[in-house]
Amino acid sequence: MKKYGKFAALIVVILGSLLFVAMQGIQSSQTYYKTVTELRKMGDDAQKRHIRVGGDVQANSIVHEAGFVKFNLVQDKEVLRVAYEGRDPLPDTFRDGAQALAAGKLGADGVFHAQEIQAKCASKYAPAPGMAPQGLQPKAPATQGAPNTMSPNGASPGGDSMRSSL
Amino acid sequence: MENVGALALLLAFCISLYAIVASVTGRLKNKPFLILSGARAVIAVWLLVTTAAGVLIYSLMTGDMRMAYVASHTNRAMPTFYKFSAWWGGQEGSLLFWSWILSTYGAVVVLTSKNRHRLIMPWALAILECVQLFFLILNAFVVSPFQVLALDKVVTSVPDGLGLNPLLQYWAMVIHPPMLYLGYVGFAVPFAFAMGSLITKAPGESWIHTTRRWTIVTWLFQGTGIMLGSAWAYHVLGWGGYWMWDPVENASLLPWLASTAFLHSVMMQEKKGMMKVWNMVLIAATFFLCIYGTFLTRSGIISSVHAFAESPIGKYFVTFLSVGIAATVWLILDRLPYLKSESELESVVSRESSFLFNNLILLASCFAVLWGTMFPVLTEKFASEKISLDAVWFNRLMVPIGLFLLFLTGVGPLFAWRRTSMESLRKNFQWPGIGMLVVVAGLYIGGMRYPYSIISLGLCFFVAATIVLEFLRGAAAINEKTKMGLVPAIVELTYRNTRRYGGYLVHMGMVLMFIGWSGHPFNQTAVGEVNKGDTMTVGSYSLKVVNLTEGETDDYVWDTAILDVSKNGQPLGQLEPTRRFYKTAKQGTAEVALRTRLNEDLYINYASREGNKATLQAYVFPLVTWIWVGCVVLICGTLVCLIPSKVARSYPRTEVVGVGKKNAPVEA
Repeated sequence: MKKYGKFAALIVVILGSLLFVAMQGIQSSQTYYKTVTELRKMGDDAQKRHIRVGGDVQANSIVHEAGFVKFNLVQDKEVLRVAYEGRDPLPDTFRDGAQALAAGKLGADGVFHAQEIQAKCASKYAPAPGMAPQGLQPKAPATQGAPNTMSPNGASPGGDSMRSSL
Repeated sequence: MENVGALALLLAFCISLYAIVASVTGRLKNKPFLILSGARAVIAVWLLVTTAAGVLIYSLMTGDMRMAYVASHTNRAMPTFYKFSAWWGGQEGSLLFWSWILSTYGAVVVLTSKNRHRLIMPWALAILECVQLFFLILNAFVVSPFQVLALDKVVTSVPDGLGLNPLLQYWAMVIHPPMLYLGYVGFAVPFAFAMGSLITKAPGESWIHTTRRWTIVTWLFQGTGIMLGSAWAYHVLGWGGYWMWDPVENASLLPWLASTAFLHSVMMQEKKGMMKVWNMVLIAATFFLCIYGTFLTRSGIISSVHAFAESPIGKYFVTFLSVGIAATVWLILDRLPYLKSESELESVVSRESSFLFNNLILLASCFAVLWGTMFPVLTEKFASEKISLDAVWFNRLMVPIGLFLLFLTGVGPLFAWRRTSMESLRKNFQWPGIGMLVVVAGLYIGGMRYPYSIISLGLCFFVAATIVLEFLRGAAAINEKTKMGLVPAIVELTYRNTRRYGGYLVHMGMVLMFIGWSGHPFNQTAVGEVNKGDTMTVGSYSLKVVNLTEGETDDYVWDTAILDVSKNGQPLGQLEPTRRFYKTAKQGTAEVALRTRLNEDLYINYASREGNKATLQAYVFPLVTWIWVGCVVLICGTLVCLIPSKVARSYPRTEVVGVGKKNAPVEA
């Protein structure tokens, strides 16, 4: 058994150090997915974590200022003030009423400081290869292969809504 | 028309069921005619699925806008090329594509091994058809591509379709999915043979020999697919990266890592009769990771964190995976006595041990990627909070793993079997080792301070040197005998043992890729809001905006910035980054301006425009071209491996003596 001892020791060392590296980084690399309402419920915890918060962009709330962009995210009646301080230009899809995801941290002032904005689905989160995201699927729940099936939504797959996830 | 397609799928479903029953009963009851009929049923399934695929392609090409799939994935103005590729552009079509490739592989297996492997064959076919059956269930009953649009029970059509996402209208994106799918699906065949040999308790490694080429080809397809995907991300998406540990990327990487481990560890079984259980586990893992990868990209389970809808196919995949994995685990456990190893590990410094650690590391990285990818799903299930891990976490873990693998790439092939003497260590590693230290010291003195890049470049030199030395030594020996000249001698050497020297070329490709990755910390970025006449700088480049122009075509509106580029004051000509906004798709795309050189790329993205001000993102990416060069070398190396060697090799087993004798082969 002695010669297997060396192997065992090496394997333990390798896996152990990998595990160590993995655990060490896991806290700082975590991003929490929250809606505006859920963010409110988190209380003080919210200020410590990296968060990706989703909601709708409140109409007429987008204000461009020197160095950053302010806007409000709403969900139901909760309003979250967001200051976008990232470097990248905002995506084209980011406009009044769009669904947006803001990634960043909640400040003590109650303003969410975002480093990154995705409006529903930014091009950076592109669908992989020929794998169009679900939103592209026609919303036509017609049954398999059989024609003459009722599918009220199917007749007009041209609306913006179907494209929204891109 | 669509009825023909749907009917063909339905029939294919029934016949593949029949193929399973016929093959298994035929084998158990020893009825040759049933076995034959099972094999013919596999061909029939291929004909039927091909018919269905033909119908779908015909509808896509002719623009039959009554069909939901056609309407949502093509439009009339689209080039024919993209109309065809719409076959795998959406969920229903791509699952049919999967099915079609699988049925084709099945037919190829039947036709190429008619009278061979009589024992394993029926079982292997039955297993292939089980997989086929699962996908046909999806095709025919769950996500049929032959749905038609209807309003109040009346079939209707739309004037024009939605078209293909403009981001995907790029050549690499057209061949990328087929490549990946050829890879994903291909592993079903070695898996089926492995399981077949387990079921029949067939002795030895016949399934490995039978499926070796198959595995390499499949592995090649998959690697090419992954590479095309990242080339597309780099050239089209405009963010300058080629990999971001996105779930869909990870889904393609997972089976590739597992199969790389498999390709290495089968050598242990071929030459030493070791790691038999392990190989079974690996090929099964590869196969299930392929299915899992399809599941991940198709079901939206992960992307649902980005607020996408979930699709109905998820639970089918979960069921198939659980049943399949449970059956495989049971089978392997049940057959453990037939998988006894024929020899033992002897020394830490041996070829065996380097394979062992190669496998360990590949599997560990595979598990790490899986864990990171599934983290949002796991935390949502068990902690009821959706938490994701970012690319920083993946890199922190994967960079050291990659470097360790690179190290093994250098030393592994030169370690001797069983144990390596000090003498041979010195002979093989003295000069590369010294060279590596010189490179590392040189880089440090030269002012480089990123430890990972220094280590990586040092190791790259080390591995490259060992490979070059191997070629030179072998070629010199041949040259001495034949006086044919060094270059022909290298070709001759490679031809004599394509597997070994092709393998070295593959390793060389990896080395080149590592060189490319080493440049990453030196990337430079600049974002500028510029007007006509303004100048911005990035690294040693300066970009002067000569003009900002705009225009419109039928398809899209475009903005172009015309830039005079100079480096350290030397003019280099003009670059014209453009952005487009597609009218029907209501989506913007970037036409990145690239200046590619072997030492660095200048990459300019026209990000946005407000009034007279254009926002430009400019990057300098050192060494990035070497990644693509490495990919090409890797592909060539793999192709060399596939050429039959000049000298047929039988790989005699090393004699089992001494300690090993007690564990002499169990199989008869």
